Amino acid sequence: MKREIGSGPPVTALENIHLSFGGLRALQDVSVAVQPRERLAIIGPNGAGKSSLFNIISGIYTASSGVVRHKGEERPSRMKPYEVARLGIARTFQNIALFPGMSALDNIMTGRNSLMRRGILSEALQLGWARRQEIEHRRRAEEIIDFLEIPSVRRTPVGELPYGMQKRVELGRALAAEPELLLLDEPMAGMNLEEKEDMCRFILDVNEIQGTTLILVEHDMGVVMDISDRVAVFDYGRKIADAAPDDVRRDQTVIDAYLGTAHEH
Amino acid sequence: MDELYFFLEVLIGGLLSGTLYSLVALGFVLIYKASGIFNFAQGTMVLFAALTFVGVLELGAPALLAAVVTLAVMVVLAFAVERFIFRHMVNQPQVILFMATIGLAYFLEGLGQTIWGTEVHVLDLGIPDRGLWLGPILVSQFDLVAAAVVALLVAGLGVFFRTTTMGRALRGVADDHQAALSIGIPLHHVWVAVWSVAGFVALVAGLVWGSKLGVQFSISLVALKAIPVMIIGGFTSIPGAIVGGLIVGASEKLAEVYLGPFVGGGLENWFPYMLAMLVLMVRPEGIFGEKIIERV
Amino acid sequence: MFYRETGQYKTTYAADRAIFPIRQDRIGIAILLVVAFVVIPLFANEYWLRSVLTPVLVFSLAAIGLNILTGYTGQLSLGTAAFMAVGAFAAYNLEVRVPEVPFLVSFVVAGLAAAGVGILFGLPSLRIKGFYLAVATLAAQFFIEWLFTHVGWFTNYSTSGVITAPPMTLLGYSFESAESRYLLTLCIVAGMAIMAKNMVRSELGRAWMAVRDMDVAAEAIGINLMATKLTAFAVSSFYCGVAGALWAYVYLGTVEPQAFDVLRSFEILFMVIIGGLGSILGSFLGAAFIVLLPIFIANASGLFGSALSAETIAHLEFVIFGGLIILFLVVEPLGLARLWQIVKEKLRLWPFPY
Repeated sequence: MKREIGSGPPVTALENIHLSFGGLRALQDVSVAVQPRERLAIIGPNGAGKSSLFNIISGIYTASSGVVRHKGEERPSRMKPYEVARLGIARTFQNIALFPGMSALDNIMTGRNSLMRRGILSEALQLGWARRQEIEHRRRAEEIIDFLEIPSVRRTPVGELPYGMQKRVELGRALAAEPELLLLDEPMAGMNLEEKEDMCRFILDVNEIQGTTLILVEHDMGVVMDISDRVAVFDYGRKIADAAPDDVRRDQTVIDAYLGTAHEH
Repeated sequence: MDELYFFLEVLIGGLLSGTLYSLVALGFVLIYKASGIFNFAQGTMVLFAALTFVGVLELGAPALLAAVVTLAVMVVLAFAVERFIFRHMVNQPQVILFMATIGLAYFLEGLGQTIWGTEVHVLDLGIPDRGLWLGPILVSQFDLVAAAVVALLVAGLGVFFRTTTMGRALRGVADDHQAALSIGIPLHHVWVAVWSVAGFVALVAGLVWGSKLGVQFSISLVALKAIPVMIIGGFTSIPGAIVGGLIVGASEKLAEVYLGPFVGGGLENWFPYMLAMLVLMVRPEGIFGEKIIERV
Repeated sequence: MFYRETGQYKTTYAADRAIFPIRQDRIGIAILLVVAFVVIPLFANEYWLRSVLTPVLVFSLAAIGLNILTGYTGQLSLGTAAFMAVGAFAAYNLEVRVPEVPFLVSFVVAGLAAAGVGILFGLPSLRIKGFYLAVATLAAQFFIEWLFTHVGWFTNYSTSGVITAPPMTLLGYSFESAESRYLLTLCIVAGMAIMAKNMVRSELGRAWMAVRDMDVAAEAIGINLMATKLTAFAVSSFYCGVAGALWAYVYLGTVEPQAFDVLRSFEILFMVIIGGLGSILGSFLGAAFIVLLPIFIANASGLFGSALSAETIAHLEFVIFGGLIILFLVVEPLGLARLWQIVKEKLRLWPFPY
């Protein structure tokens, strides 16, 4: 299947973003954009500002200056994370941020909360739409559970699941919101080869079948070079390169700053 | 002019009695800094220490011996709390630890009163309780002595933290758990030590308070006001605990005297909590507290 | 052998979502309901109905309220009794001023009034968490207690500061006997417990638990923290408010504000901890436990020739409560409800170990 990267306004675009915490500059004059259905990878050493960038996009941090655009429209500067999520932007976290007291199914169902209606009395009585809504969304959640091949752990509290499974459930929770843009913060960290292959397959399927745009932060260069359309390289809060994987690999600034010689294939 | 003198009298009276809140809050801050536990039982420890002291005293022991015995009891308590409670709760969220200290508060309150009874025990340490005229302003001599005791204790703790090995170890843990561990201080010992120090502070507070109000159950309820005190001052700051106590002491007295008559009195019961709530809304980390930046 | 779900296949999500999906559970609940609604009123004596079972039910309702806030949403409250007081005084004032209002309506108003006050004191939770919030709820506790004591209007200028609940009549029937009051309480509490169970297992409950478990992540997946927390405060306080009205009308009859002091708040917190944080069933178990324990201690000490004074018994209660709280938090933070679940799981596998 041929996947076409969309032209026109980017799904999300950051323009001249600065971010600092009490004098410490986390991001300096960063501009980066992602097109519909594109797979953008962000790499860089620890502390380069990758997670800060995600936190800006998802509204957890507010940029000191600069503009964030959603499909060409400027976002209000102090948009709350839940409002961003309702634009169709979902994410996972570097250190898994599941709800440990809830089952895998409930975690994934919670991912669909933003698509659901709230009415205290109707939900308390479980009549009419409140009952139908639960059942309909349960069906969608089960599809995601099947897709991620985790039906056997459905009822298990996620705090008791092994690390790799937790990563999958977290991806499932993000997918449950049916996002247009998915931010993945080190989705393969701490996984063995087999788990990485599974995770790659899920991510590529999501991108190709549902057309979800992806931005991923990842340290595994092999994975990054294999699956991304474009790579943006960060160092000390600045973007030092932004090009196709092969070009980035040959870029002298990138090699000096980050890749070094050890990563040559 | 009389108005002003009266105002000053109320203010000074409030500030002086506020030092007692500072003292209880100090115990809270010590434990919080060293172990991250918000010790709800600190107020009850004040009552428990005072009850034990008076109890031993009433058995006929001299005051010094009673103090030594009580201190020993507080150290044993510190040991037991670490060994039987918190060692088993290492990975629990802070709120659960907090609830455990509520359980501890109940336990100590019941235990103290089961052993020593509920009647109000009179405690006379020979602190003069007369008015003292400073120019045109009347000040309670007792409050002055109490404030001096608090000042002495804080100075003493300062010396302890700066010059002794254990004191430096405690500060090390407060500043950085990892660093403290890496220089080889066993965390268990540090916890026992800090709870013991908090027990000592509780004893001093209990003695001063007990000789003012009599040793009775209501002490632990009054001591609860140390919670708004440390909210106002900041959880991690010893100067904050002191200033917070002064603010609470002064403001509740002023509110009682100037607003009380219009609303039927009794404002002191809730005023500190409302004040703390307002401070939290404006500055959640308190006046002296460190700003909390959450990592995501 | 007997408690097993083998052979019970759920073929639709609707069946899987039933409130008690396992058949044996449904049978158990049916038996429990028959006992509660029929057997107990027929056979229990006046003392048990009036002084044990009715307060257990009322406390269960308050504990469900606190559990919604603390157990499900993770917002610690030390002011539960104050919200009960708001309910009791709201119902009383409504009926004193508008006597035509049926008492059931005034119970609803009691809940709504408490919900409003709950939202007000829940506002700080938008900026602060954990034990910081404890101070805001303590502020509610001490302020509200003071308000009802010092502002005469709330007690209708009663000289003793005590309010007396008007008689409860419905369609000409007057709820005066212990049986009728017990049954009335049972209907209200059972209905509200089912509603609570429904809330916590649907969209609302998941939002609450998400906020409890990891609020940053909850917001990042689209949950409005402010709305969710305030809803929890409102629903929780509603339950406490109705419980407060029941406490005044059905159980005590006459109430002073001191009946809702900070020790009462702690008592309800203990019910939630011992019963199980985040469990509706646990709220009942915890309430029953805390009400029955003093009775048990008193009777047990009677066996030893009543050498203990009432005062000592009261102190021992403190020691035992405190010790149990610590024990539960150290050993089984999920409380009695979790122990019951473990028993059920063992039963499912019995007679095999795995």
